[in-house]
Amino acid sequence: MKIVIIDYGAGNIQSIKFAIERLGFEAKLTSNVSEIQNADKVIFPGVGEANSAMNMLVSSGLNNLIPTLKQPVLGICLGMQLMCDYSEEGDTKGLGIFKTNVTKFDNGLKVPQIGWNQISNLKSPLFKDISENEYMYLVHSYYAPVCNETIAVSDYGLQYSNALQKDNFYGVQFHPEKSSIAGSKLLKNFLDL
Amino acid sequence: MLTKRIIPCLDIKNGRTVKGVNFVNLRDAGDPVKLAKIYASNGADELVFLDISATEERRKTLTKLVLDVAAQVNIPFTVGGGISSIEDVDTLLKCGADKVSINSSAVKRPELINELSGKFGNQCIVVAIDAKKINEHWKVHLVGGKVLTDLDLFEWAKEVEKRGAGEILFTSMDNDGTKDGFANEALSRLSTELNIPIIASGGAGNKQHFIDTFKIGKADAALAASVFHFKEIEINDLKQELRNNNIPVRL
Repeated sequence: MKIVIIDYGAGNIQSIKFAIERLGFEAKLTSNVSEIQNADKVIFPGVGEANSAMNMLVSSGLNNLIPTLKQPVLGICLGMQLMCDYSEEGDTKGLGIFKTNVTKFDNGLKVPQIGWNQISNLKSPLFKDISENEYMYLVHSYYAPVCNETIAVSDYGLQYSNALQKDNFYGVQFHPEKSSIAGSKLLKNFLDL
Repeated sequence: MLTKRIIPCLDIKNGRTVKGVNFVNLRDAGDPVKLAKIYASNGADELVFLDISATEERRKTLTKLVLDVAAQVNIPFTVGGGISSIEDVDTLLKCGADKVSINSSAVKRPELINELSGKFGNQCIVVAIDAKKINEHWKVHLVGGKVLTDLDLFEWAKEVEKRGAGEILFTSMDNDGTKDGFANEALSRLSTELNIPIIASGGAGNKQHFIDTFKIGKADAALAASVFHFKEIEINDLKQELRNNNIPVRL
């Protein structure tokens, strides 16, 4: 199985690579268009600020490539947010895969949300053998509201999307690569799609 | 619901885990990668590696250790000690660290906080503050607590937040190593006056101290070293006890 992690200069991609290795697979870091197109699974990571991450994607031309991919694609954290229509962070136009607008937590709770929160209303093969109310590790200040494409919700003063899916595109707000056994299971489920 | 975090801290010197009592008289508590794996499977929510000799000896954090930990451990971890530049942080994050913690370098040049959070995002910038109460005023200290500054803890903490820190790791030097409990009064004030997560550090001796620091100190996370390294407290037992006291934890 050919697994690629899109390398566009944003984020902690080493950890994702290691997490895939712990599952017994190899993942290649790449920004090469044909390598991404020919992969069986594509992971789209992202950490940091939305606008500068989007600019890096645009300057590498990958913003046009990602929405055209046909194989399973998993966006993680900021990767998931960039797959949405729009992010309030840096007034950023996203890839438009998920029809929702990312917005900042503004409900009196501490920002960023850092730590382990529970996921529920799980609605995707991505969560096979993962129980309702399982804990996943998150670090984020912006969130995607609950929408038609929501496949998992969490509660941080309000209910928001902790995972989204549309066709072959999956996005998780949490970091499966850092979410202990449950996170590895999710990554394995993605590789099994 | 977001849970309260339990964070074992591995103080590193010469590649080995050590824990000081009031920052001196170091005792050896083992291999850091081995310990990290054990903690990850025993319920730790996060890990912190502090290269405690780094600032004093001008050493850079051990990047190999970070790579080894990232390869073998499936929970998040923070690295601190001697970090003073964008290049330092870039290297550590690329090796697989999730967050970095800065301390003295932020006091010496506060703009560093803005630069780091601007480049890497505030979610990975932890500012560690060591403070001690002097004549009823909490004063920030540097170099493992050896150098007194003019900075007031609360003023500094607010500035740190404004400049873009994602989290504050507050160590009370009066409590550190005493096993008499965390500095809950100061913690509660920090947690109330700031809008970023506060990690309590210094003073853990028994399970009740953790209950108190979450309930009275309003901490978002609690960090400890020797009580975990010497197995005086098992993390899963501690978390069960916290849950029995209606504190949300991951079990």
